[in-house]
Amino acid sequence: MSDITDLSFSELKKALQNKTLSSTETTAAFLDRIESLNPELNAFITITRDEAMQSAKKADTAISDGTATAYTGLPIAHKDLFCTDGVLTTCGSRILSNFVAPYDAHVVSRCKAAGLVSLGKLNMDEFAMGSSNENSYFGPVRNPWDTSRVPGGSSGGSAAAVAANLTPLATATDTGGSIRQPAAFTGTSGLKPTYGRVSRFGMIAYASSLDQGGLIAHTAEDLAHGLGLIAGHDSRDSTSAVQPVPDYTELLNDSLKDKVIGLPRQFFDDRLDTSMHNAMDTVLDVLKSLGATTVDISLDHVAEAIPAYYVIAPAEASSNLSRFDGVRFGARADKPTDLLDLYERSRSEGFGSEVKRRILIGTYALSEGYYDAYYKKAQQIRRLIRDDFNRALASCDLIFGPTTPSTAFIIGEKTSDPVSMYLEDIYTVATNMAGLPGGSFQGPLVSGLPTGYQLTGPNFGESIILNAAHRVQTATDWHRLIPEGL
Amino acid sequence: MYEAVIGLEVHVQLSTNSKIFSGSSTAFGAEPNTQASLIDLGMPGVLPVPNAKVFEMAIKFGLAIDAKIEQESIFDRKNYFYPDLPKGYQISQFEKPIVGPGRVTIMLDNGTTKTINITRAHLEEDAGKSVHDVFDGMTGIDLNRAGTPLLEIVSEPELRSAKEAVAYLKVIHSIIRYLDISDGNMAEGSMRCDCNVSIQPKGSDVLGTRTEIKNVNSFRFVEKAIDTEIHRQIEILEDGGRVVQETRLYDPDKDETRPMRSKEEANDYRYFPDPDLLPVVLDSSFIEACNASLPELPATRRARYIAEYGITEYDAGVLVADRDLADYFAEVANISGEGKLAANWVMGSVLAELNQTSKSIIEFPVSAKQLSDLVSRIKDNTLNSKTAKTVFDALLTSDGEVDTIIEQEGLVQMTDTSAIETIVDEVISENSTQATNYRAAPADKRPKMLGFFVGQVMKKSQGKANPQAVNQILASKLAD
Repeated sequence: MSDITDLSFSELKKALQNKTLSSTETTAAFLDRIESLNPELNAFITITRDEAMQSAKKADTAISDGTATAYTGLPIAHKDLFCTDGVLTTCGSRILSNFVAPYDAHVVSRCKAAGLVSLGKLNMDEFAMGSSNENSYFGPVRNPWDTSRVPGGSSGGSAAAVAANLTPLATATDTGGSIRQPAAFTGTSGLKPTYGRVSRFGMIAYASSLDQGGLIAHTAEDLAHGLGLIAGHDSRDSTSAVQPVPDYTELLNDSLKDKVIGLPRQFFDDRLDTSMHNAMDTVLDVLKSLGATTVDISLDHVAEAIPAYYVIAPAEASSNLSRFDGVRFGARADKPTDLLDLYERSRSEGFGSEVKRRILIGTYALSEGYYDAYYKKAQQIRRLIRDDFNRALASCDLIFGPTTPSTAFIIGEKTSDPVSMYLEDIYTVATNMAGLPGGSFQGPLVSGLPTGYQLTGPNFGESIILNAAHRVQTATDWHRLIPEGL
Repeated sequence: MYEAVIGLEVHVQLSTNSKIFSGSSTAFGAEPNTQASLIDLGMPGVLPVPNAKVFEMAIKFGLAIDAKIEQESIFDRKNYFYPDLPKGYQISQFEKPIVGPGRVTIMLDNGTTKTINITRAHLEEDAGKSVHDVFDGMTGIDLNRAGTPLLEIVSEPELRSAKEAVAYLKVIHSIIRYLDISDGNMAEGSMRCDCNVSIQPKGSDVLGTRTEIKNVNSFRFVEKAIDTEIHRQIEILEDGGRVVQETRLYDPDKDETRPMRSKEEANDYRYFPDPDLLPVVLDSSFIEACNASLPELPATRRARYIAEYGITEYDAGVLVADRDLADYFAEVANISGEGKLAANWVMGSVLAELNQTSKSIIEFPVSAKQLSDLVSRIKDNTLNSKTAKTVFDALLTSDGEVDTIIEQEGLVQMTDTSAIETIVDEVISENSTQATNYRAAPADKRPKMLGFFVGQVMKKSQGKANPQAVNQILASKLAD
């Protein structure tokens, strides 16, 4: 048998159920690997070994008692913006560098209830703002495929941890591409569910109308298991959807024969790297060989998605981040002279430069006299984008495209040019604007680096996305490729 | 030569058991921060969930002021930094409030009425409190109040004097008490008022610059604050100066308004729809159900009291202004069957006693049953107005039955004609000079002179003689 840590979530599930593995030995194996590789990758901010081993022991007891769920004892790790009761929850920020959450996020409590063992908290761009994980107060995460490269962001810790087999499943969040882009850069599978599918309660907000919790794992099948655990209505989140949760594993093996894949011409123009274009064609050939047909579609307003996103998301963020004022929790400026000094220094010292940039952009966009020109206009564009997608999805089942314009870039390459960094999300942002589910899955390597293709589905069409990706994964081995040298 | 233009923004704390966006209790007076949940503290990751009860209360208020109920309203964020505002924004309603334009009628001193238009009423959350006087050199924060539901009621600038403003405020107070959507306790801050005041030359249609007096917390202070501010503005204009648009605070100790420190005043609140909350969509059946459950409102009740109890319009107006007082009166009137007499007593002795002791009718020691017994005993001539007052005073301090007090104090009215005649005869013979003068006096002087004899008879009977009988007997005996 291969190493425990090489196994996928679904494979581990079988092993625990067959009792060929115990939760204790599984958990220990992952913790050992984390402790040996994390100093280099910096994927974890907090490793909760003691708590993990305790839950693993409990899980083993439950398994032998017959009181276990189908998932009891399986490892997971949480992006560090999901509040975890009694455990440091930093959001990648200095201002929360001492914040021990007093409660569990909905996603975390669902995982606990299912008996999952949490290994620790994953690094991320500060307040989920970034596409490279270079914006973390706790330092950049390195891409396991090439440690001189970024893993993408903001869920860079989640993606790198899965890619390096530090955890078989990681929670993550996606506001403009923060699950899909790092999944593409690290050769993992990532799913951003429909807005409202997963409760945001306990998820530290960046841009509330776009934020959505999801998962990164090795395979679509793993994501199907994970999504079933965390999806569903939560009365503590008013935007949480009252929509039944299907068994996401049920349709995984459906035939793609009657499936129509839409190809938006805007995703395949000259902004797309040639080698990436070729990689996408290879994936499309597989989909076609599985019986799917393709249709050309147009998403007319997709080019406006980035500028509109960079009005709406910072506007919401500027307000969401007001609560970090040094008064009730988090880092506070030393010896403030008065209230204004307390606010100014706590926030100046507590936030990193990208967070400050977005607070400033957002504050400006919401200011009196600018609101109509920026925020209102951006919301109108958002409606047009949503209409585009809905129209397109009337003629196809899924929309296909590259997740990113190119493969993972070198650390430091784009830090001085925020706009080129923002354009990293050129193919992913529109999905968030439309509120639709989107996944990124492994394509072929290009120059030894992973690529990702993106599937966007209709509202609550996660099963359709996972079905197509699973069939591709059944027919290819791109998802089995692992970074060498670790 | 100047005319004041006044608009009020009234904040009413809605009397829900739990807060507008969290499950914490809203009870007043608990230990600091014991009623502040993770949501009220604005912890990272928490989300607001609306308390459906506040929609029902806002709708009822809207229906009571004949307003348009908006089928879709939106919660916005009002952004500003203050330590007792945990999230750094207040959830309020800005562009699309739940209650649209409505109106109320106020009664003016000269007995006429005036319609005051209400621009809107919207839902929002209250902030916490900064405590400046407990920790030396530091400010404490108490978040018990944070998240208490508020209904902010905004009037058109149609009030023309401090008195009109108070009359308007009392109407609003009366409505929220009738609807039972707030305790309306101004001393505890359950109802607070911001006053927008400007002046303009009488007859002019050029609006003056307005100032806003924040957070005035009693009817009396509203009147004084507005009067003071009007005078201040007149003085500025008379001296050739210009009124500055600003926010001011009223200091009741000095009876003056003064500008708030500029730091307390945020200029750009950067309102935008709260993405954590869905638009509030009300279906018409819900609004209809609220309408069906509306209690009788002050205006309707006033008309009913006039018709049912035969009391004057003025008396009815005073009685119905306070729902509890109106209920008290109705009980007295219904048990005794004497509307007018009941109104006289409630409007007279009862209100005088309440004003003197600064108590509300709820705390009043004389029950409606007791007062109705008293009224009945007046009606059946057991008591006259003088002995009735003695019984009333006894009821204020003891808890006895009216009839027991009458018996104990020997206050049964003397209605036996022969007994009164005996006293009258005694009084006439003891005052023969006055009797002679009376008989010699012209008819138009006599009634006044008769009063002397009545007084003597009442005195001799220890107040128990029936005054009508005394008058009658005296007049006939002196006419001899």
